[in-house]
Amino acid sequence: MASTAQIEVRDGNIVAAVQDFLGKLLADQEIAGIFTPRQLEAKGTVMPALITSADKLATADPLAPSFPLNSARQVAQLTRGDLDGGLVAVMRPCEIRAFVELIKLNQGSLHNLVLVGVDCYGAYDNQGYRRVMENNGDSLGLEGSNSFIKKAAAGEIGAGNGVPGLARACLACEHPVSPVADLTIGLMGADLGSQIFIEASTPKGEGLLSRLELKDAAPGDARDKAIEALVAKRKAYRDAMFEETAEATATPEKLADYLAGCINCYNCRVACPVCYCRECVFVTDVFSHEPWQYMGWARKKGALRMPTDTMLYHLTRLAHMSTACIGCGQCSNACPNDIPVMELFRLGAHRTQEAFEYEAGRSPEEAPPLSVFQEKEFSEVTGGLD
Amino acid sequence: MSEFEPTIVAFVCNWCTYTAADLAGTARMVQSPNVRLIRMMCTGMVDPKYVIKALLSGADAVLVSGCHPGDCHYINGNYKARRRIKLLTEILTGFGFDERRLKLTWVGASEGNEFAETVNKMVEDIKELGPGEATAIEVM
Ligand code: SF4
Ligand code: SF4
Ligand code: FES
Repeated sequence: MASTAQIEVRDGNIVAAVQDFLGKLLADQEIAGIFTPRQLEAKGTVMPALITSADKLATADPLAPSFPLNSARQVAQLTRGDLDGGLVAVMRPCEIRAFVELIKLNQGSLHNLVLVGVDCYGAYDNQGYRRVMENNGDSLGLEGSNSFIKKAAAGEIGAGNGVPGLARACLACEHPVSPVADLTIGLMGADLGSQIFIEASTPKGEGLLSRLELKDAAPGDARDKAIEALVAKRKAYRDAMFEETAEATATPEKLADYLAGCINCYNCRVACPVCYCRECVFVTDVFSHEPWQYMGWARKKGALRMPTDTMLYHLTRLAHMSTACIGCGQCSNACPNDIPVMELFRLGAHRTQEAFEYEAGRSPEEAPPLSVFQEKEFSEVTGGLD
Repeated sequence: MSEFEPTIVAFVCNWCTYTAADLAGTARMVQSPNVRLIRMMCTGMVDPKYVIKALLSGADAVLVSGCHPGDCHYINGNYKARRRIKLLTEILTGFGFDERRLKLTWVGASEGNEFAETVNKMVEDIKELGPGEATAIEVM
């Protein structure tokens, strides 16, 4: 059974309460470093850092509404071998869920790692965040995070008055709380004027939490209710988005129109935390065709769209990683030409994950669907014959 | 107007279906000439992108065919192929490809007859369906 503690929020400073908690974690004898987003002075950028010194925690900010990168790959890199001490990784739910997928592919590990999930109200995409900052005199800083969380908790974050809405991926995300975590920084259902929750959900998390000697908390059903309401809202948004995207890509011709602006830069797969191949086939010589081949393809249809292999790229990527897509939206965030990549991949992922009764990021124990098989299954693809 | 003659790309495993196709040929069984055979060592080697590439570059349908369950020379390649075909069916039909354009069958080495029938039936089905959904678009 999960136990819950609380950290006091003073003067409405929620970020300070989170920093206070991170400081206590870093002081624990088993913890050598904390991986967490933090505010950089330069241009108000938020990026993760591996922090080993307590005084550097003053800029740590896991609550900033900025999400320039899914950190799963970074944490995978930090856990693929011996780290020389325990690591705490503070991550958004979609970052943890992506990391869970990488663990299954032996690209990361839970060994020596304490996963701390943060309740997620969502974030702006890169362009949106820049605009919000501009409206705010070029900086948001820790104060910006505090006011964002308070507004989001009150349901007051919406587009309008020159303020953009949150990233669509976040609006459509039905996992505001990570299904996998040792500890969770709980904001939902808390009285943010006075407390945030710290929830332990594994023996590792329990052990650590008990050593910190925090005050117990009883979230009651306020927390469950707050989460439920948010999930319902997001699912409704998600389903409408699926419908719209399915309609826009219902035929190969429509899909071609959908992808018309794609320049094969492959930013979307570089930004994707679960595009797991060490070397992508699309940047190898396999796709460096001979000039006469292009002429042949063009002759067949009278014209050939250049660059070629755009549709092949997206369909192949769907075949490779859609069962692992956790819907973080970094693909869309990275696209220079505003192709709604996340919408397409979330829809594809929804279909393939449903077909295999799989949910990406749900549990490290659940085998990726293409890595296992049963003797008798899916007889519909072989005309009813096993 | 002449009748539509579909192009079917068939990825067949060396040990079973390819041998069956060979048998069908040497036994002079009547087969539609619409199939382009690609010999693979195992259906487990059929990468999803081969199938997608075929459908985007002019094939009206793709057949993947190999050993019966339990008979795969690499033990379980055909089980893996079945999952991949399931996956591809899910992806491709979502974007408007008719599900009949991708078929997986088990045809053993001695089943020349079965091979000829599979091919003839598939050609008939695809003739009825018409040209592949992606064969006319200029995007690959
Ligand atoms: S495809 Fe896009 S939404 Fe899905 S995991 Fe990759 S970056 Fe995130
Ligand atoms: S980031 Fe955008 S333009 Fe680049 S490959 Fe992906 S969809 Fe195409
Ligand atoms: S060897 Fe024939 S399917 Fe594997």
